[in-house]
Amino acid sequence: MFGDLSLVSLIVSLMIASTPILFAATGELVVEKAGVLNLGVEGMMLIGAISGFAVAVSTGNPIVGFLGAAAGGAIAALIFGVLTQYLLSNQVATGLALTLFGTGVSALMGQPYNGLKPPPSPRLDIPVLSDLPVVGPILFSHDIMLYVSLLLVAAVWYFLYRTRGGLILRAVGEDHNAAHSLGYNVILIRLGAIAFGGACAGVGGAYLSLIRVPQWTQDMTAGVGWIALAIVVFASWKPYRVILGAYLFGGVTVLQLNLQALGVNISAAYLSMTPFIVTIVVLVIMSANRRKTSLNAPAMLGRIFHASH
Amino acid sequence: MSALLEIKSLSKAYPGVQANDSVSFEIQPGEIHALLGENGAGKSTLVKMIYGLVRPDSGEMLLHGQHFAPSKPGEARAAGVAMVFQHFSLFEAMSVAENITLGMEDAPARTELSAQIRKVSAEYGLPLDPDRLIGDLSVGERQRVEIVRCLLQNPKLLIMDEPTSVLTPQEVNTLFTTLRKLSTEGVAILYISHKLDEIKALCNSATILRGGKVVGTCVPENETARSMAEMMIGGELAMPAARDFQPGETLLELSGLSLPSLDPFGTSLKDITVTLRAGEILGVGGVAGNGQDELLLTLSGEIPVAPDMVRLKGEAIGNLGPVARRKRGLLAAPEERLGHAAVPEMSLTENAFLSGRVRNGLANRGFIQAKKRDAFADDIVKQFDVRTPSISNQAKSLSGGNLQKFVIGREVLQNPSVLVVNQPTWGVDAAAAAAIRQALRDMAEAGAAVMVISQDLDELMEMSDTFSVLAEGHLSAPQPAAGLSVEEIGLMMGATHKEAENA
Amino acid sequence: MLRLERRRQSSRIMFWTTPLIAVALTLIIGGILFAILGVNPFAAMKIIFLDPFFHETYGPYSRTQFLVKAVPLILIATGLSVGFRAGIWNIGAEGQFVMGAIAGAAVGLALYPAEGWWVLPLMAIVGALGGFLWAMIPAILKIKFNANEILVSLMLVYVSYNFLAAMVTGPLKNPDGFGFPDSRNFTDVEATTLPLLYEPLGLYTSGVVALIIVIAAYILMEKHLLGFQVKVTGQSPRAAKFSGVKPALIIAMCLGLSGALAGLAGLFEVTGPAGKLTTNFPVGYGFTAIIVAFLGRLHPIGIIIAGLLMALTYIGGELAQLVLNLPAPAIQVFQGIMLFSILAVEVFINYRLVWKKEAV
Repeated sequence: MFGDLSLVSLIVSLMIASTPILFAATGELVVEKAGVLNLGVEGMMLIGAISGFAVAVSTGNPIVGFLGAAAGGAIAALIFGVLTQYLLSNQVATGLALTLFGTGVSALMGQPYNGLKPPPSPRLDIPVLSDLPVVGPILFSHDIMLYVSLLLVAAVWYFLYRTRGGLILRAVGEDHNAAHSLGYNVILIRLGAIAFGGACAGVGGAYLSLIRVPQWTQDMTAGVGWIALAIVVFASWKPYRVILGAYLFGGVTVLQLNLQALGVNISAAYLSMTPFIVTIVVLVIMSANRRKTSLNAPAMLGRIFHASH
Repeated sequence: MSALLEIKSLSKAYPGVQANDSVSFEIQPGEIHALLGENGAGKSTLVKMIYGLVRPDSGEMLLHGQHFAPSKPGEARAAGVAMVFQHFSLFEAMSVAENITLGMEDAPARTELSAQIRKVSAEYGLPLDPDRLIGDLSVGERQRVEIVRCLLQNPKLLIMDEPTSVLTPQEVNTLFTTLRKLSTEGVAILYISHKLDEIKALCNSATILRGGKVVGTCVPENETARSMAEMMIGGELAMPAARDFQPGETLLELSGLSLPSLDPFGTSLKDITVTLRAGEILGVGGVAGNGQDELLLTLSGEIPVAPDMVRLKGEAIGNLGPVARRKRGLLAAPEERLGHAAVPEMSLTENAFLSGRVRNGLANRGFIQAKKRDAFADDIVKQFDVRTPSISNQAKSLSGGNLQKFVIGREVLQNPSVLVVNQPTWGVDAAAAAAIRQALRDMAEAGAAVMVISQDLDELMEMSDTFSVLAEGHLSAPQPAAGLSVEEIGLMMGATHKEAENA
Repeated sequence: MLRLERRRQSSRIMFWTTPLIAVALTLIIGGILFAILGVNPFAAMKIIFLDPFFHETYGPYSRTQFLVKAVPLILIATGLSVGFRAGIWNIGAEGQFVMGAIAGAAVGLALYPAEGWWVLPLMAIVGALGGFLWAMIPAILKIKFNANEILVSLMLVYVSYNFLAAMVTGPLKNPDGFGFPDSRNFTDVEATTLPLLYEPLGLYTSGVVALIIVIAAYILMEKHLLGFQVKVTGQSPRAAKFSGVKPALIIAMCLGLSGALAGLAGLFEVTGPAGKLTTNFPVGYGFTAIIVAFLGRLHPIGIIIAGLLMALTYIGGELAQLVLNLPAPAIQVFQGIMLFSILAVEVFINYRLVWKKEAV
């Protein structure tokens, strides 16, 4: 059906294409669970992409690069955090500002790095298993960060639903006034979530610049951050469904890229639209049931908290 | 006997208000101590200081004779002070057990906690299922969760902020039994209320606050409700004159009004049938969260229903929106002043325009008639004695009582045929409440029909010609209000309750 | 300890001084940024804000771009501000700008080489309609399916970019071109050329249209029932329903209006300064206009001032690139800082800062 496209290599490239979205969406999920809507994912990813790239190139160590990306994303997120949590600014507008700012800052930071190659990232080919046909390349032969992304989802699930910290974070997202009157520090908890979300977005961005592409180009996220935001809605704020959502969109992206490469008789421009159109369609389907959406969405999402005493 | 808690000249000021002014009193172990006062007397601020939510500006507290200055609720809880809030600090989308965990310092593991919840709740006659979602519980059950959460921490002092305002009379009895049992076990209870009969029945001693100051102490048993009320208000209590009720023609008819619940934890309306006649004030009692908001929304037109379910002077209007209903003379004043009945950030003139546009012709082909609008706002302010520096002040800058007078006045001055009000005097000072009630009575006197939805039984008994109860979305058949006793009302609530459970 | 304390009454003074404070803050933070980049901040500020008007050699050229940049920003921001005041977040103005341009341009190309005074107005109407219809997609999806308009309108920006690429390499490609991805040049035919009224400042007819629209927007928002309903919806959705506002109508109106104005701006761009459809004629006005709307306090008059100021940072920024080798993205960062600053200081309209001593 796809000519000489091998299904296995298609799935492998799908997983690679999905990983940046998976990182960013998982981070945003935690932020939204705490009741905060940060629309700056695209900006934080770009900042992460360039800071990760820059650190990896200058240290020659891609893992240190990813740490740098996490730090870059978290710092960017904290600008948003201070504005929305202490200065009570509108979360939608501030998130947009973060994206506009991040686009500019990353372009500025990236100027010396155009055209450079990053150091290769370590792979984890599990001995024996990775040599298995079909299953081997799909499950046991990837770069380390891809495994990390899946572990991250599991860790986030465990944190949110099996630890007291996760319970408190969800409580803050459900009703910040009640959480405050029980004595929880709403602002600090939210700042923590925001920084975590930024770090994840940063790592997702660096996955693009260090592994998937791998090089730095201006605006290289090209809407992936926004798709990550939509995935959180698609996932109904449930961690394991983020994997499903991210891989679905990775699949659409890879498929349309492969069709373009095959020279199918459709303009490449139309094929490039498909991930965005699919996102819209999925958003519509997931949002149509208002009752269900309002049950799943954190009740305080996007609301400003100010303790009156 | 040494005091459990000593409060020594505690003061706290907010901008423009001295919330507490050198308040002092003592609570003994095992004592049920009432803190009495009107809305705004400073009760909430005082208990928030004891619970570590608010820091006093000056003064001192001693717990077991030791200096006590909790900087956060966790510290207060660790010292043995627990609190049940008036507006519950519960999370609807979470389970009972999760909610209880959140309010404990070192909660045991899940299974053990569930066992403890079952044990303690059964022991005190407050049965609870740890795995149910809070959103699925009744208001009374939610309060149990709050109380059990406190009890699991073996408190020495339990603070209860207006605990009975949300309970049926039967539930109040259960609560009192629990509280008395706690008291015999040596737990002191600080009981905040403005319901004098309850305080007489329950409390050993009382401290009365007015304007942030202690204005008296008493032993409730030795007082009458009237004498305590006069201490609270600082004047003589005027009882309203009985009204001669002559029903006129039928104005509003609800028949088979049903509404499936809209949000996941809302209440649905079930087959409500009732008529309102000219000159009638129908009091709708019942505990909040039993369909009160939904009833108001279906009457104001914010939620349209089938045309026949609502008839105004014979015309089927159930499907019409608020504007069309206003044109025909059906007006409403919702419970929430800021954010529903009025826009907080907008001026009084703009808020006058908000609902007054249609009947008073404040817009011409869509263009706002600023002069007419301002004149209308001015009228409301003058006729209803709304205290504000200017009509261009924002709604949020007014006190609760003044804004409520504005909201009710805005609807009354549009000469409606039928006016529906929800909680018209909630959180309003006594003088404003009296003015609002009088305005509604005058309206009925002049031939309009008024539906008063309220949780305040005293208010309903004072105002209503006919009375019914809304419970779990059912409305009981209206009965003449004159001569109804609290016991009979309790039975009405219980009856609808049972009907609903059997249904 | 410093704390924010809610004001009983919003401050009118702060409402109008916060944009000035924000600009001052931007100058300080931006200056530090320039210093880090090795550029003398005072020199940079002088070049960005003063030289376009006062420099003898560079000024005259710079100035011709002043209103070229300001007018589309003002036009788009005016539409966006109406939606923002209703709490409806159309952030896809960039896409509506592109689709309006394509729609209007398609009409012009279909009529090519028709002469007549009516051609350009017809293109403008179709351009506005194109933006309007493109914005109706998020509007209808929000009304019917509760889909988030922020994400949908933004996704549609990427769709529109790709659609533009498909058009200029396909149906709307210049038949007399040399295989470049662009359309015919509209300024080759008088009937499809946006008249340039005053070249030294770059004033096209679009500037006059924008001024009329800003005045109309002012009347709508301050004197008309619809504007009142927009404001109530934004400040208190429940009070809006109580007063009888139909949310669907407000959603459709806000998205439709901002889409139409963005579409119109797009059409003006291709018939005027850009001259033709190319894949890189959209330069991000749709996004920058969001900054303009906030900096102008979502108020029509404020938006004019903010649009002019933002245009100045564009042309001044280009001068600074030329003269000081300031990297091109620095100006984008500068604009981002400006938006952060305005959002940061807005809090002082409703809150005041107080110094609270901790109780002992």
